[in-house]
Amino acid sequence: MAKITLSKLRHSYYPNPSTPEDYALKEIDLDWQDGGAYALLGPSGCGKSTLLNIISGLLMPSEGAVLFDDKDVTALPPDKRNIAQVFQFPVIYDTMTAFDNLAFPLRNRGVDEASVTKRVNEIAQMLELTDMLHNRAAGLSPDNKQKISMGRGLVREDVNVVMFDEPLTVIDPHLKWKLRSKLKELHQKVRATMIYVTHDQTEALTFADQVVVMQDGEIVQTGTPVELFERPAHTFVGHFIGSPGMNVLPCEVRDGGAFLNGTNIALEGDIKCQPGGLTEIGIRPEFVTFGDTGLQAVVRKVSDIGRHNVVEAMAGDLKIRAIVESQPPEKGAAVHLNFQQDQTRLYRDGWVVLSEGGQNT
Amino acid sequence: MKTQNQKAWLFVLPVLLLVAFNALIPIMTVVNYSVQETFGNNLFFWEGMGWFEKLLHSDRFYSALGRQFFFTGMILAIEVPLGIIIALSMPKQGFWVPVCLVTMALPMLIPWNVVGAMWNIFTLPDIGLLGYFMNHVLGVSYDMTQNPTAAWATIIVMDVWHWTSLVVLLSYAGLVSIPDAYYQAAKIDGASNWAVFRFIQIPKMKNVLTIAILLRFMDSFNIYTEPFVLTGGGPGNSTTLLSIDLVKIALGQFDLGPAAAMSLIYFAITLLVSWVFYTLMMKDD
Repeated sequence: MAKITLSKLRHSYYPNPSTPEDYALKEIDLDWQDGGAYALLGPSGCGKSTLLNIISGLLMPSEGAVLFDDKDVTALPPDKRNIAQVFQFPVIYDTMTAFDNLAFPLRNRGVDEASVTKRVNEIAQMLELTDMLHNRAAGLSPDNKQKISMGRGLVREDVNVVMFDEPLTVIDPHLKWKLRSKLKELHQKVRATMIYVTHDQTEALTFADQVVVMQDGEIVQTGTPVELFERPAHTFVGHFIGSPGMNVLPCEVRDGGAFLNGTNIALEGDIKCQPGGLTEIGIRPEFVTFGDTGLQAVVRKVSDIGRHNVVEAMAGDLKIRAIVESQPPEKGAAVHLNFQQDQTRLYRDGWVVLSEGGQNT
Repeated sequence: MKTQNQKAWLFVLPVLLLVAFNALIPIMTVVNYSVQETFGNNLFFWEGMGWFEKLLHSDRFYSALGRQFFFTGMILAIEVPLGIIIALSMPKQGFWVPVCLVTMALPMLIPWNVVGAMWNIFTLPDIGLLGYFMNHVLGVSYDMTQNPTAAWATIIVMDVWHWTSLVVLLSYAGLVSIPDAYYQAAKIDGASNWAVFRFIQIPKMKNVLTIAILLRFMDSFNIYTEPFVLTGGGPGNSTTLLSIDLVKIALGQFDLGPAAAMSLIYFAITLLVSWVFYTLMMKDD
């Protein structure tokens, strides 16, 4: 196991990149602590798989270095890095039994047969594969195949990091939940560093202690699931995490206050930024309530999504969503919206603006 | 509840007619000949299983059958491994892919009798490129019309030249359809090149290889034109394959009864071997 450091990492798929747009990864600096459970979250094409392949050694970065415990491994091939990777689709060796599949990485490294048997049985126990160890792997169901792929990653005790590249893509929805909790449990048992790449926020937030959010080849924010939810550093994180995502409302900043349609909105703290740029107020639907005074709006749509209702209201041409636990207002009703002050953020050109009274920066 | 609707039969009828005219009726005429004796003038005498019995006790049939199996066995033993090796060494992307594919496909586009004629001229001892080279440059005696070994070597090399491409193209199609993740996983698992070949490439190519072997088996087992044009079955009877022998009996000697019986046995062997092979290959899926 090891601490993983990415230092000034840049990667381009073009031979001679010139503009920043040519880079799939733009200057990544990141530390992954030993034994942590990390998620790399971002939409398709944001560069997360590129980053993963660079860590595993399948791809050589154009610039920068990858360090395992401060040792430069940038030039090492995957089998010399002692890493494991689980792919989007279950990769199994069709002609082998489940047992031989799990034993394969150990046997390739010349481990003696007695230790192989012991270790494979241990891992099979953890993954609940014991019953099918002697079946041909090709005949198993997709979720069991994917468990074997995971098992092949975990079977080596000295593995530095296990990486998961959207591992639940082909798994049935009702088994996804089961496998996800299995993974979490495994992490607690084996304590290997794990990096989980996904575009699914639920998967990322349930698995990881630390989530790294990426967009367009850049890291937008790193934090715990709670931090990402409560205080998105960028409007992109606000949109991307949460269901529905954060309300991001263009506002006017003057006289030390922020105004929506002329109504002053109380923010979490004082505005401390240069004037100019695109300013926006960010408020999660969870923290929008209805009152007797406040921003005037008209209810346009009410969707009952089970546990609660999502109310969509129009304040002028601003669309604001609110999550209501109790009886929602009728469609067409004129309402007043209140934003919970300590959850009301101000963004300038996409990034959260530092303001006094905020819990962190 | 099951709906009874006999109209469905009507939709199968066209296929039934087609199969009847291109397979059933021609085969039935052969069956018809195989149990009768004719001396021409449309006179037929009932013969029963007589032709079959005679054929199954004739040395001539067994030696032709032996030569046939030897030929098919040889070309499969050469073409399949060679085809896989060539497919493995072909580029996976870039400018050279279409160049390789077209070059590979060229021999297959040449008609069978032209291939036979080409190789016939190619190997002529005094004027053929290969024949002249062997006899006058290397000093090795090489004459297909005199030497059975030379004749065998030539028909086998000719078939390898003509048909290895089929195995290459099918194997190549199987290889490029393997997702990159398999190779990446193998790298991470520390697999050797041999293990990658044995546990990833071969299993993933299994289906296309089964088809390739089946096609090569059927085509080579029924081969006629090429060896007929090249050696005419000689020298002596040394390259008289089953099909060549069959044509000799049917058209040379005009023994329609024995020829028909032989055709049916020939057909049954081809069918049986193909079926057994296919069943064995597919039993794990």
